[in-house]
Amino acid sequence: MSADAAQDIASATAPASLPVPVTGWGRTAPTAARLIRPGTYEEAVTAVRECGARGGIPRGLGRAYGDAAQNAGGAVLDMTGLDRVHAIDAAGGTVLCDAGISLHRLMEVLLPLGWFVPVTPGTRYVTVGGAIGADIHGKNHHVSGSFSRHVLSFELLTADGSIRTVSRGTPLFDATAGGMGLTGVILTATVQLLPVETSLMSVDTERATDLDDLMARLTATDHHYRYSVAWIDLLARGAATGRAVLTRGDHAPLDALPASTRRAPLEFQTRRLLAAPAFLPEGLLSRTTVGLFNELWYRRAPRARTGQLQRIPTFFHPLDGVPHWNRVYGRGGFVQYQFVVGHGQEDALRRIVRRISEHRCPSFLAVLKRFGEADPGWLSFPVPGWTLALDIPAGLPGLGALLDRLDEDVAEAGGRVYLAKDSRLRPELLAAMYPRLDDFRTLRAELDPRGVFVSDLARRLTL
Amino acid sequence: MKDAFGLPQSLLILGGTSEIALATARRLIARRTRTVWLAGRPSPALEESAEQLRGLGADVHTVAFDALDPDAHEAALGKVFAEGDVDMVLLAFGILGDQANDEREPAAAVRVAQTNYTGAVSAGLVSARALQTQGHGSLVVLSSVAGERARRANFIYGSSKAGLDAFAQGLGDALYGTGVHVMVVRPGFVRSKMTAGLPEAPLATTPEAVATAVELGLRRRSETVWVPGTLRVVMSALRHVPRGLFRRLPL
Ligand SMILES: Cc1cc2nc3c(=O)[nH]c(=O)nc-3n(C[C@H](O)[C@H](O)[C@H](O)COP(=O)(O)OP(=O)(O)OC[C@H]3O[C@@H](n4cnc5c(N)ncnc54)[C@H](O)[C@@H]3O)c2cc1C
Ligand SMILES: NC(=O)c1ccc[n+]([C@@H]2O[C@H](COP(=O)([O-])OP(=O)(O)OC[C@H]3O[C@@H](n4cnc5c(N)ncnc54)[C@H](OP(=O)(O)O)[C@@H]3O)[C@@H](O)[C@H]2O)c1
Repeated sequence: MSADAAQDIASATAPASLPVPVTGWGRTAPTAARLIRPGTYEEAVTAVRECGARGGIPRGLGRAYGDAAQNAGGAVLDMTGLDRVHAIDAAGGTVLCDAGISLHRLMEVLLPLGWFVPVTPGTRYVTVGGAIGADIHGKNHHVSGSFSRHVLSFELLTADGSIRTVSRGTPLFDATAGGMGLTGVILTATVQLLPVETSLMSVDTERATDLDDLMARLTATDHHYRYSVAWIDLLARGAATGRAVLTRGDHAPLDALPASTRRAPLEFQTRRLLAAPAFLPEGLLSRTTVGLFNELWYRRAPRARTGQLQRIPTFFHPLDGVPHWNRVYGRGGFVQYQFVVGHGQEDALRRIVRRISEHRCPSFLAVLKRFGEADPGWLSFPVPGWTLALDIPAGLPGLGALLDRLDEDVAEAGGRVYLAKDSRLRPELLAAMYPRLDDFRTLRAELDPRGVFVSDLARRLTL
Repeated sequence: MKDAFGLPQSLLILGGTSEIALATARRLIARRTRTVWLAGRPSPALEESAEQLRGLGADVHTVAFDALDPDAHEAALGKVFAEGDVDMVLLAFGILGDQANDEREPAAAVRVAQTNYTGAVSAGLVSARALQTQGHGSLVVLSSVAGERARRANFIYGSSKAGLDAFAQGLGDALYGTGVHVMVVRPGFVRSKMTAGLPEAPLATTPEAVATAVELGLRRRSETVWVPGTLRVVMSALRHVPRGLFRRLPL
C-alpha cells in the first residue's frame, strides 16, 4: 500500500469542502458527501458542472426519511440558500418562487393575502423543490391530488448545465414530479394557490372503534371534507385493532370566527416548544410507554365533536411544535413505512394491520388516509386507495424481516411503498410497484447519460 | 448501498474460505446481499466456497489475494472497487500458528504476526481508503478475545490480534464522520477449521453465532462486538486480575 493512503486517512486538517455525514429524517444509514449551498443560480450551475465522478443530488430541508437526499462520496446540493419569492399574483392566486423556499415561509407570506399552499404534508418544513421531487400529498389528496397537480411550470437545471422551463403535460414534467431529484435541480416553480378567508381550520372529530368501522366512516363521508385523516392505534389488539380518531375539516369561513378574532382573521400563528435533547437513552420508546401514550390519546379524543376552530399548525403540523422530534428515537434512528393499496384491497390492508399489531411495533399513532385520483408523475406515489404510514424504531428486533413481508403483501395487492419514506425496500420489488419505472430510466439515460444526478436511494434501488 | 438496518448489498471478504466469513455471507445473502467478492489464496476450496454462495443466489467472484504480499494489495483490491461500490469489507484472514513450535521457530512466529497484523494493516488501509472515497461502507474486522490480554498459552497469536485490534480501533476513530464504519469483532473460541482438534474453551461458539452478532452490530452501527456477548463482562474482569495470579490461571 502506498504512503498517501495513510495520509488521506490521518489528515486532521479539514479543507472546507471535506465530506460530512448526511442522513435523512430517520437518521439511519449515514453517508458522507460534500455539502454545497448555492446562493445564486450560477453557483448552482457550476456545482452541477463540477460535481465530479460520484455526481450530485439536490436536497431541500432533509425531511425525506430515508436516503433520497444523500449521495455517498459525491455532492449534495443544499438548495435552501435559494429561497426567494419572485412574484405573487394576488388576484389569480399564483406564486413564482425559488425551489429552496419552505412551505412554512410561503404560508407566512401568502396567508395575509388570503392564499394558502395547495397541498401541505405533516410538516411545514419542506421545500417546494422537495414537494415536487417527492410529489407530496396532504390530507386533501382525495379532493386536490398531489402537489404537482398545482404546479404550472418549473425551471430545471439539467445534467448538461442548461436551465429548461418545464411545463405541465410534458414527459420531463412527469418524470420530475416524484422523480426524487434524479432528473435535475428545480430552481424555481410557479404554483397555483388556494383562496382562504381565515387562517383557522374548522375541524370535526370522531372516534372509530376498529379498522372496519374506520374504513366505513371514511368511505361514507370523506367527500364532505376537504381535509381528512385518521390517526390509528396499531398497538391496540384484539377487537380494538385499528381503533382510530378521525379529524376532518376545512378552512374556516370568516363568519365562523368569533367577533374577537374576526379583526385579524388571516394572522398566521405558530408556537415552538423546546427542542428534543440531542441524546436520549435508547429504549425510551418501549411498547409500554408508547402503548400508554396511545391509550391516553384515544381516551382524550372526543367521541364526536364538530366545528372546532384550530390553528393551522395544530391541524396540519402537530409535530412541528417540537423541533428535532426525530431524536426521541435515539442513536439508532427510525424507519417510516408508508404504502398504498387500491380500493378493493381492503383485505390486504386488514392483513397488514394485523401483522403490524401482532409484531407489537412500538409505533406512535399511525396515519390512515383514503387517496383520490392519481396524478401523472411516473414515480409519483399516490394511487386511489388506502395509505397507511407508521414510524418504527430501527432497532426493533425482526423489523427488517417484518417489513419485507409487508412489502410482499403490498406488491401482491398491486400497491406500492413511498420512496420519500423508504430506507430499506428490496430492490427486486420496485418495478412491480412502479410500472413506469422503465420510462423513467429511459428518460434519465437520455437526459443524463453520464449519470450526473445520483443519490443513495438511486444506488440502492437502481432507479 | 446499505439499508436502514446496515445490511450490505455488496460484500468483499478478505480470507474467502474462512468459515466465520462464509457463515456471515450466507446470513447476509438471505437478507440483502447480491454481490460477493471472495479474496483469498487461489485454491479449490476458494472456488468451492464461491460455488456454495452462488447456490444461494448471489453473484460471486473470486480474486487472488495473499495477506503476506502487501505490495500486491493495492492492485488486487483496487480491481474489486473499480467494479462498483463495496458496502462491506469483512477482514477475516488469519492463522492461529502453533505456539509451542513457533516459540522454537521464530520465522514461523513472524509469519503469524505478518499474516494477522502486518497483512491486516496493509489490507485495512487499502480498503479504508477505497471506502472513504465512495463515502460509505462498513469495515468489519475479525479480531479475537486472545488479543485482549496475552496468555501464556498463545501469546504469539494473541499479540498479533492485540496489534490488529488496536489498529482497527484507531482506524475507526480516524474514519469517524467519513461515512465509513469500522466494527471490531472479538469472538471467543469458535468451532471452525482453525480450531479443529483443539480442546474447547469455555463459552465456545459457532461461526453462525458470530454471523448473527455481526448482523446485529451492523444494525446498531456498533464499534465493538463480543461473541458471545457475555465475554464482554468476563474479559473486563480478567483484564484486572493481577499479573501473578493471571499467569497461574488455567487459560
Ligand atoms: C413529520 C413529517 C411529516 C411528513 N408528512 C408527509 C405527508 O403528509 N405527505 C407527504 O407526501 N410527505 C410527507 N413527509 C415527507 C416529506 O414531505 C417529503 O420527504 C419531502 O420531499 C421533503 O421535502 P424536503 O424539502 O425536506 O426535501 P429532501 O428531504 O431534502 O429531499 C427529498 C427529495 O426531493 C428532492 N429535491 C429536494 N429539493 C429539490 C430540488 N430543488 N430540485 C429537485 N429535487 C429536489 C431530493 O433530491 C430528494 O429526492 C413528511 C415528512 C416529515 C418529516
Ligand atoms: N476460530 C476461532 O476460534 C476464532 C476466534 C477468534 C477469532 N478468529 C478469527 O476469525 C478469523 C476467521 O477465522 P475462522 O475461524 O473462520 O478460520 P478459518 O476458517 O481457518 O479461516 C482463516 C482464513 O484465513 C485465510 N488465510 C490465512 N492465511 C492467509 C494469507 N496469507 N492470505 C490470505 N488468506 C489467508 C485462510 O485462507 P486459506 O484457505 O488460503 O488458508 C482462511 O480463509 C481469523 O482472523 C481468526 O483469527 C477465529
